[in-house]
Amino acid sequence: MENYSIFDIIGPAMIGPSSSHTAGAAKVAYIARSIFGKPIKKVTFYLHGSFSTTYKGHGTDKALIAGVCGMRPDDPSIPFSYEKAKDMNIEITFKKIILDDVHPNTVKMIFEGLDGTTQSIIGSSIGGGKVKIISIDDIDVAITGSYATLITQHLDLPGFVADISQILAKHHINIAFMKVFRETKGENAVMVIESDDVIHKDTLEKISALEALNKLTFFEAIQ
Amino acid sequence: MKITTAKDILQLRETHNLNFFEIALKYEVSTSDLNQGVILSTMERQWAIMKQAIAQGLDPDKHHLHGKILGREAIKLKTSYESGKSICGITTTKAIMYALSTMEVNMAMGQIVAAPTAGASGVLPGTLKALQETYDLEDNKIIEALFVAGLVGMVIAKQASISGAKGGCQAEIGSAAAMAAAATVYVLGGTMEQSFDGAAIAINNMMGLICDPVAGLVEVPCHKRNALGAANALLCAEIVLAGLPSVIPFDEVVQAMKQVGDLLPACHRETATGGIAISKTAKAIEARIMNDE
Repeated sequence: MENYSIFDIIGPAMIGPSSSHTAGAAKVAYIARSIFGKPIKKVTFYLHGSFSTTYKGHGTDKALIAGVCGMRPDDPSIPFSYEKAKDMNIEITFKKIILDDVHPNTVKMIFEGLDGTTQSIIGSSIGGGKVKIISIDDIDVAITGSYATLITQHLDLPGFVADISQILAKHHINIAFMKVFRETKGENAVMVIESDDVIHKDTLEKISALEALNKLTFFEAIQ
Repeated sequence: MKITTAKDILQLRETHNLNFFEIALKYEVSTSDLNQGVILSTMERQWAIMKQAIAQGLDPDKHHLHGKILGREAIKLKTSYESGKSICGITTTKAIMYALSTMEVNMAMGQIVAAPTAGASGVLPGTLKALQETYDLEDNKIIEALFVAGLVGMVIAKQASISGAKGGCQAEIGSAAAMAAAATVYVLGGTMEQSFDGAAIAINNMMGLICDPVAGLVEVPCHKRNALGAANALLCAEIVLAGLPSVIPFDEVVQAMKQVGDLLPACHRETATGGIAISKTAKAIEARIMNDE
C-alpha cells in the first residue's frame, strides 16, 4: 500500500483550480524541463484524454507552460506564464493526440533546444498533484519527482550500473529506488535513481566521466 | 510506523500515551525522515497560505478573482452577515463564507492548499478560521488541528479514496468534512473517539454524493458544496460533543463509502457526463465557454 505523507493530504500548496489538471500539469512540465536540461527554443505539447478536452477551463495550458519556464506548482505567477514564455523566447504550441494505454491526464512534450537537439517526454498527472513521467525518447520509464532524482541516458554496456552505484556509495548517497529501462540489448538505456539525499556536484562530475554515458540529469525532490 | 485505520491510531494512543496531534507528528517524522521543526514549519506555511486565500477572496479590491462561471460571491455573504442577517449563527456563517472565499481564489488560479484536494480546499480552512475567531484560538492550536485532519484524511485515502474521479464527491467533500469535523472536536477538547465519531457522521451525511462538475470545471456545484462540507463538519462536532456517538464506527463507514464509490458509474465520477453537468443550463454554459476560447 502506498505510503502517504500528512502533506499529501494537507497539501500540496498549489495554484488552482485542480490538483490533477493544474498542479500536476505544472509538475509534469517542470520535471520534463529538468530532464531536457538545456536552454529551450520550442516546446510542443500533445494533450491526451481529459487534458485535451478541458485544458483551457482548468488552466492546464498555463500550468504546462509555467512548468517548462521553471515555475513550481505553487508559483503565484502561473496565470501569467504565456507572458513569461514570451519573455524567455520559448515558442509554445498545443496539439491534441490519442495515446495508447495511458492515464486520462497525459501530455507528450517535444522539446527543441537552442542547440538544435530535441527530446520527447511523456508524463501523466495521476491525481492529487502526484505525477509520473512514463517515457523519455520512447523508452518507458517511471519517475515521480518525489525524491531527489538522478537520470542517466547511456549505452547498455556491462558494468555501467555497478560503476554508478559504487560512486554513489563512496559519496554516502543512500539509494531509495533504482530502475534500469532499455529498448534493445546493447543500445540506448535509461537508469533512474531516486535518492533520499541531494547528490552534490562533485559526485555528478564523477558520474559524468563514465564512458557509456550520453546524458546525465539531476533534480531535487519537488513538493 | 504503520497506520492504515482509525483502530491503528487508537491502538497507538494506548501503547505510546500520545494525543491525536502527537501521533500525527510522530507518524510524519517516521515516514519523511525530517525533523519535527521542519515538519511543524511546513504546516505553519500551509496555514498561512490558507488564511491568505480566505483574505484574498474577501478583499473588495480583488475584482479579477473570478472563475469561468462564477466569482465574487463570498463577499456578498460577508455584506449580508455584517448587516446582521446571519441565519446559521456566527460561526457557521463565517465557516461557509471562508470556504466559499477559498474556492473563489482556487477557481481564479490563485494560491491555495489542497485539503485533501483543490476541489475540496475550502472546507477545512473555512471551518478552522471560523473556530479560531469564535473561540479565540492560537495559531499553534490550529496547526495541531491540521495534523489531526491530515491523519484522518490519510486513513480515508488508505482505506477508500479522496478523489472525485475515483469515489465521487463523497470522497472529496465528504473526506474534507470528516477531516474538519475531527479537527473541530480536537480543538474544542473532545476525545479521540469523539473526533472519529464526528468524522464518521460527516461521511455518513454525504454518503453517495456524486461528482458532476458543470463544464468539467471546479466551480458548480463544487463551490457551494464546500460551504455544505464546512457546515456539516460543525454540526457533526456539535452532535458528538453533546454526547451523541456514531452508531457505526469510523473505519466501517469509510469502507462503506469505498463500496459506494466503486459502484458509482463513470458518469458520476468527475467526467461531467451525468448529474447537473448534463442539465440544459449546464450544456449552455459549456457551449458558451467553448465559444469564448
